[in-house]
Amino acid sequence: MSRFAGTDNYVATEDLMMAVNAAVVLGRPLLVKGEPGTGKTQLAEEVARSLQRPLYRWHIKSTTKAQQGLYEYDAVSRLRDSQLGDAKVHDIGNYIVKGRLWEAFESDVQPVLLVDEIDKADIEFPNDLLHELDRMEFYVYETRQWIKARHRPIIIITSNNEKELPDAFLRRCFFHYIRFPDATTMERIVGVHYPTLKKELLSEALTAFFKVREMPGLKKKPSTSELLDWIKLLVAEDIPPEALRSDDPKKSIPPLYGALLKNEQDVHLFEQLVFLNRRSR
Amino acid sequence: MLVPFFFKLREAAVPVSITEFLSLLQALQARVASASAEDFYYLSRACLVKDERHFDRFDRAFAAHFKGAEDLFEAMMKSIPEEWLKRMGERTLSEEEKAQIKALGGWDKLIETLKQRLAEQKERHQGGNKWIGTGGTSPFGAYGYNPEGIRIGQDESRNKSAVKVWDQREFKNLDDTVEIGTRNIKIALRKLRKFAREGAAEHLDLDSTIDSTARNAGLLDLKFVPERHNAIKVLLFLDVGGSMDYHVRVCEELFSAARSEFKHLEYFYFHNFVYEHVWKDNRRRHAEKIPTMEVMRTYGHDYKLIVVGDATMSPYEIVQPGGSIEHWNEEAGAIWMQRLTRTWPHHVWLNPEPEQRWDYTPSVQLTRELLENRMFPLTLGGLEQAIKALH
Repeated sequence: MSRFAGTDNYVATEDLMMAVNAAVVLGRPLLVKGEPGTGKTQLAEEVARSLQRPLYRWHIKSTTKAQQGLYEYDAVSRLRDSQLGDAKVHDIGNYIVKGRLWEAFESDVQPVLLVDEIDKADIEFPNDLLHELDRMEFYVYETRQWIKARHRPIIIITSNNEKELPDAFLRRCFFHYIRFPDATTMERIVGVHYPTLKKELLSEALTAFFKVREMPGLKKKPSTSELLDWIKLLVAEDIPPEALRSDDPKKSIPPLYGALLKNEQDVHLFEQLVFLNRRSR
Repeated sequence: MLVPFFFKLREAAVPVSITEFLSLLQALQARVASASAEDFYYLSRACLVKDERHFDRFDRAFAAHFKGAEDLFEAMMKSIPEEWLKRMGERTLSEEEKAQIKALGGWDKLIETLKQRLAEQKERHQGGNKWIGTGGTSPFGAYGYNPEGIRIGQDESRNKSAVKVWDQREFKNLDDTVEIGTRNIKIALRKLRKFAREGAAEHLDLDSTIDSTARNAGLLDLKFVPERHNAIKVLLFLDVGGSMDYHVRVCEELFSAARSEFKHLEYFYFHNFVYEHVWKDNRRRHAEKIPTMEVMRTYGHDYKLIVVGDATMSPYEIVQPGGSIEHWNEEAGAIWMQRLTRTWPHHVWLNPEPEQRWDYTPSVQLTRELLENRMFPLTLGGLEQAIKALH
């Protein structure tokens, strides 16, 4: 059995690897939580890539129903077809639309199924999937057939913690909380994304980044993905590392900070703080 | 050997079930983890803990159970926390302070006590201040060993395998709510739900479909309506600190039940009585104050206001400008309370003190008058009355 150990552009911590491998070996879903932008969704992609499995994505919205992941009976088009006298109408199977879960169940090799942002859905959503995730099978009432998974898919579920998930659902999952990476891990993460980056620029950028993160009162703290964007900009603009050092009071605002702060109030607060800081010198 | 561990976890209020325990055993049998203690820790955490808020309790139980048993795994550590505490201390303490530490029995003793306290210390937000940190009563506070100090350790050595992972207790901060053993409160709160049609139109509206199909000369014309959602919005003001410490548990239960029950729930903290500032994060209450005016402007009249507090204080704190025990308030608390009740016409005050004691406390009487008797005890019965009053 191949094991997941991170990839060339995804840095996995020890505990994350353990959680993924446990989920893969035992065929249980893995629930991943963590701050936005810490690579929850990307995890599924990287697992699929490193284990060389097909990836099925199911993005959840507030209107998504559990049933839509299994299949949908398109009664409306059938009704329309019947009015138009279409011959298709006699076979109900023509109007069964497969959902992502069904597609994953039919895959020839063990697939990876990503259920993204499960907390966006209705409170009952996870409960409606208990049996399907447990037994990896479901029943299609309209055509009276049992759909069983050929291979238990590796299911990765992400959540942003907007709603609490029911206990019965949690019992069936493995759980991992992606902590915000510390400075060393962050260096490795940036390293895999921008391997040619100058060491100096990197350490200056990281210092500036963690300083911004530690500012009290930010509505949305910049996360890993924002850091990566920012560094991309810094490199593209060819900004020298010295410009990031805040020793010089005139230049104490990190350049291009718009990539880090995504919110008007935050930018405002930030500028105010910097201003105060400058005055107090 | 793992069964006692399982019960220890349950004792520590980590909600573990038999299914989860069996899946851990299954994973062990499948050799998911190698023989190292760290692997076992990660694996058991992924199997048994399903909420990051419980990570800290898990860490504590794990440390307590496997203390001394590490040799069973590969030998891995020589109790490093002392090391980095020492290192940190050498950097931050003056010579004088170092001498004082020696007088107290030296490093080893100090750290032994610190460890003991850490083990006893419960969730950070209730117990944290008491045990380590403030007031200068504990030797740790006096020498700067407040939780900040411990955080320095984290910053430094998370990935150096020297420190046992579970002993670092990195998830302390997350354990800020109780787990939901509070089904009753949820059910009571559910009565507050009000459903309204909102969002994308996706339910077939049979009546208007028939109607418009008929108008359309029999050609099908489908009509949809949005689904019904819980449209209630709740604003929760919680009194913290001081006399409220005795009611922390019931307030936490209420809070965590409310949080999972309402989509639009906003909460703010205050101390004793509401004045010109409230705050959202208790640990940063002095740094991140939110003007009450801003709250009043932000959340519309359709929010229902629920204030939770024991209203037990000196009457001056309500009626006098400058009566607050924490700061100089320009305007009396009573004026602020009137503003609140005017901004949110649907309001109640929940009081965790038993109802029969209300009459003996003048400040409770005052508050009741300010709220026109919309004060209810924080019991299931009181909650139901309160919810009736909110409608």
